[in-house]
Amino acid sequence: MSASTIIFYIISAFILIAGAVAVTARKIFRAAIGLLFSLVGIAGLYFWMEVNFIAAVQIIVYVGGIVVLIIFSIFLTQKSGEEMPKPIKSRKIFSILAVVLGFAFTCSLISLQTFKVNTNAFNVEVAEIGNQMLSTTEHGFVLPFEAVSILLLAAMIGCIVIAIKSKPETK
Amino acid sequence: MNEVPVTHILFVSTALFFTGMYGLFTRRNMITMLMAVELILNSVNINFVAFNKYLYPDKLDGVFFTIFIITIAAAEAAVAIAIIINLYRSHHSIDVEDAGELKF
Repeated sequence: MSASTIIFYIISAFILIAGAVAVTARKIFRAAIGLLFSLVGIAGLYFWMEVNFIAAVQIIVYVGGIVVLIIFSIFLTQKSGEEMPKPIKSRKIFSILAVVLGFAFTCSLISLQTFKVNTNAFNVEVAEIGNQMLSTTEHGFVLPFEAVSILLLAAMIGCIVIAIKSKPETK
Repeated sequence: MNEVPVTHILFVSTALFFTGMYGLFTRRNMITMLMAVELILNSVNINFVAFNKYLYPDKLDGVFFTIFIITIAAAEAAVAIAIIINLYRSHHSIDVEDAGELKF
């Protein structure tokens, strides 16, 4: 058992514990901090897999953008010190049952499957990602790139339109 | 480097997916449900990167799917939070049980 193996299991345990805090904490602010640590742990997992660019994007977009947005909206809409009401007992029992069954089913499917691991070296260079993202040849991703840019523009305009405060009519 | 089998990475992402699923089932607060959805999307991203790295290291498709999923998750979170803030202004609550006008 080498150091990298041990690091993988430590990172995974960290991700799962922080994720469990994020979905079970009664105080909403604590749940948001759990989500923050879970996302940082996932970025660590990307670093462990040596996909540095994705790890950097994960930290910038999720930790720097989405979690900050969520914390802002918690402060705008909630009294963050208060505890949330407990989930109804029957709902809790049935969701635990469904989740455990689904987890066991998926894990058994995965362990039945044999994966042919390709041992070639995998190094992602940012220049390569950029070239393939904007290339118009067979393996280029320029069409999804354009579609996503339009989607982002539409989402931005939509957010402004939805969240804008309509002025009271003054005469 | 390759002492951890691919299946263990897949187990971790499965566990994360079902953690998010549990949150989505039990939570009734819209912001916490949004956080559960973020966990689910992230578990899918781990799968894409792991498959790309271990099974098809000559290609980059998994990395591109991950980038696009992250982008779409960011757009989705922004729209969802705009909707939540608008709902809070009109209902003074962000509990899904209180927003039942469109239910029937």
